[in-house]
Amino acid sequence: MKLAVWTYEGPPHVGAMRVATAMKGLHYVLHAPQGDTYADLLFTMIERRDHRPPVTYTTFQARDLGSDTATLFREAAHAAYDRFAPQAMVVGASCTAELIQDDPGGLAETMGLPIPVIPLELPSYQRKENFGADETFFQIVRALARPVEKTARPTANLIGATALGFRHRDDLTELAAMLEEMGIGVNVTAPYDATPADIARLGAAHVNVLMYPETGEAACRWMERELGLPFTKTVPIGVGACRDFVAELAAITGQPARLDTSRLRLPWYSSSVDSTYLTGKRVFIFGDGTHVAVMARVARDEMGFEVAGLGCYNREQARPIRALARDYGVEALITDDYLDVEQRIAELAPELILGTQMERHIGKRLGIPCAVISAPVHVQDFPARYSPQMGPEGANVLFDTLVHPLVMGLEEHLLTMFREDFEFHDAAGPSHHGGHAPRPLSEPEGAPAEAAEFSHPPQSAEILWHPAAERELKKIPFFVRGKARRNTESFAAMRGQHEIDIDTLYEAKAHYAR
Amino acid sequence: MSAQGCQSAPVLRERGQREVFCGLTSIVWLHRKMQDAFFLVVGSRTCAHLLQSAAGVMIFAEPRFGTAILEETDLAGLADAQDELDREVARLLSRRTDIRQLFLVGSCPSEVIKLDLEKAAERLNAQHGPRTRVINFSGSGIETTFTQGEDACLAAMVPALAATEKRQLLVAGALPDAVQDQMLALLSGMGIEDVALLPAARAEDAPAIGPGTVVALAQPFLGDTLAALERRGARHLPAPFPFGEQGTTAWLAAIAAEFGVDDAVFERVTAAPRARARRAVAQAAAPLADRSVFFFPDSQLEIPLARFLTVECGMQAVEIGTPFLHRQVMGPDLAAIAPGPTLSEGQDVDRQLDRARAARPDLSVCGLGLANPLEAEGLTTKWAIELVFTPVHFYEQAGDLAGLFARPLRRRDALRLEGAT
Repeated sequence: MKLAVWTYEGPPHVGAMRVATAMKGLHYVLHAPQGDTYADLLFTMIERRDHRPPVTYTTFQARDLGSDTATLFREAAHAAYDRFAPQAMVVGASCTAELIQDDPGGLAETMGLPIPVIPLELPSYQRKENFGADETFFQIVRALARPVEKTARPTANLIGATALGFRHRDDLTELAAMLEEMGIGVNVTAPYDATPADIARLGAAHVNVLMYPETGEAACRWMERELGLPFTKTVPIGVGACRDFVAELAAITGQPARLDTSRLRLPWYSSSVDSTYLTGKRVFIFGDGTHVAVMARVARDEMGFEVAGLGCYNREQARPIRALARDYGVEALITDDYLDVEQRIAELAPELILGTQMERHIGKRLGIPCAVISAPVHVQDFPARYSPQMGPEGANVLFDTLVHPLVMGLEEHLLTMFREDFEFHDAAGPSHHGGHAPRPLSEPEGAPAEAAEFSHPPQSAEILWHPAAERELKKIPFFVRGKARRNTESFAAMRGQHEIDIDTLYEAKAHYAR
Repeated sequence: MSAQGCQSAPVLRERGQREVFCGLTSIVWLHRKMQDAFFLVVGSRTCAHLLQSAAGVMIFAEPRFGTAILEETDLAGLADAQDELDREVARLLSRRTDIRQLFLVGSCPSEVIKLDLEKAAERLNAQHGPRTRVINFSGSGIETTFTQGEDACLAAMVPALAATEKRQLLVAGALPDAVQDQMLALLSGMGIEDVALLPAARAEDAPAIGPGTVVALAQPFLGDTLAALERRGARHLPAPFPFGEQGTTAWLAAIAAEFGVDDAVFERVTAAPRARARRAVAQAAAPLADRSVFFFPDSQLEIPLARFLTVECGMQAVEIGTPFLHRQVMGPDLAAIAPGPTLSEGQDVDRQLDRARAARPDLSVCGLGLANPLEAEGLTTKWAIELVFTPVHFYEQAGDLAGLFARPLRRRDALRLEGAT
């Protein structure tokens, strides 16, 4: 048993729902107790879908337990077939039904429905949402995809976009435009918007574009083996990744490597003088493995930040993320416990967090700016406006997303220059906080008890701050004060000093000057 | 209108797919009410995910609930699961020393593997009592629907309540603090003091109970709690539920009659707030007059709210669906609703949606899984869960309550989207 208040991922059957809901002409019959329909509202509310997810729940109750639940399953599957007339069906169990061992797959097989019925085995007590999506899509592809004649012109499948995916909708549009630029058509997008009939003709493409390894890799590997379809390994988020992606695609298809940069603004924006202040900003990155990996590259190479730490919550990506962390000279944090993430962030005291909606809240609590780069996300991150992460427009979106939470160059300059001025005093905070200052890190007295354990950046007990040095520290704007305190303390420790006075503070400042 | 109203109307009982929450959802508001309680669900990742989805941003405020997620190893042998539970509880209580009541909440997975939480509660009581009392109840979907979780929780508390011979009023049902204060002020104005409340805000304020106790229900979903209280000798005071001006007045009048409150006193205490509530409802309910309403089952609040909307706001009910219909508890509200609407208990959601589409009601009251899909079909909806979280009982909230139903209709009239397409 493990006590949890918040989870980064839902159970695996929610992953299966993400695939079913992304598709058309497919129905999911889920053996589940009353109440599991709560997951419907993730799709109707967070993603704002205008239809119910294509899922029928058997809704068994306590009095049905025993042989009755199998009958209930058959009835529900029949009723769903009659009412929705799907081209294919997936059947499976939620966590409770897994325990009563009715075997939905076996039951459905004996019903003799005139459509393909695909059984799902999703181990609810071991695996999670992303696995559920990956496995479900893999089973659908395995059941329905067949070798077919290739399209005359070069085409690609876009693989891995699902319902409830972070920016999946707009990434598809952006990718299709990138392919068009290279003279490559889109054969099928899947699971997003695909029908079972579309799945059958996946093999007509010349290449698979694996958009999101979390939800499409198993299917891509199977298609590579069984249908001879190579797939791309680069996820085109960020300018460098887009260029690599185009080169990779060119090598596979023999089409010219072309990237339309006429509307690409990130490189110039990042080079312009107002961005100079972004240099070396310490950033902590957390989310799903794919988004963390691409974002680390964007942060370091395209924004000029320093990656102070990174990690992911999905164990499936633990190995590549550990390797990536080594490349960046930091320690990887692989955990699905948000308290571990909060502790690491407090220890590192970064100037910017890139993460999920949970990191947004951790940032709010610690007074550190944050931008959202990965699921799980809330309703505001399924925006009405066009907001891809991939492709040239995705890069533009990223520049804005990563910069907006920070105090921009001119504003930072003014804050430093007028730090004693009444409008720019400590409590005023940067304008993006809407006039609400973050909780000052150095004054725990007024802070609510729940935040107290993190309100002081960790400091070694034997180092003593002279009151005058403390006062001097407070003159430093709050958003860099955490870093100054840390630097000064490690500088003092390095020199074997146990006390910090004003001189130590400025010696340290000189030492770390860049 | 017959004097019986809908009291003897036939009820359409359906079973099939139910688009409802399970009882675990109740924890989200119950823990706000009981300030020294912690609700530990013993369940799966699904249970944790449900609580997270239902609690929204509240999750980020260190709430006093959590899920002990069952893992593969817990399913292998039962003795092991009990040890694991002891360890998690000990860890939790050492970290949260302010916890005086710990609820072990059963879920579908824990019930199916027959993990005996009653025995666990006894054992943990011996370990952590008397400082922390450990109580167990089931919030599982196989046994409870949405608000029934509160019923199961309160009913589980009743056997341990102290005994008293005192003549007293006990009000059962968690209410928002502001609403509860208004209620106590009205009762106090009529000379009824020392009202016992279930649940109380803190463990040490738990009510005592006995044959001198009369029970007024503030919420309609408390059938099991009522039965448990009756087993302790308490007597039920039937009344309509305190929604709107008339519901509140009838609820107070039943108590006044029981405690022999003078008519003049009753009039003096209620006249001003009654007039205020009538004015507020008249103002807020204008868009509701002569419109039709269809209730999908959700919280058991549907029948009293249908009474308020039809009798006080001039609406016509097409269908009133409820997850569970308790005749004794709902009698007074049913009697006040004019015959006509279909009463349904339970759900087969696809068939019920067919009925709603055929009837094309002006307003559909339903869950968040159905609301946007119905809006997309051109039906105006009011999502039901808000009615459980928002203060809606008694006089001062009567106008707000009407406003909750009127707002979607006002919005539909206000939007001019044809020009935008």
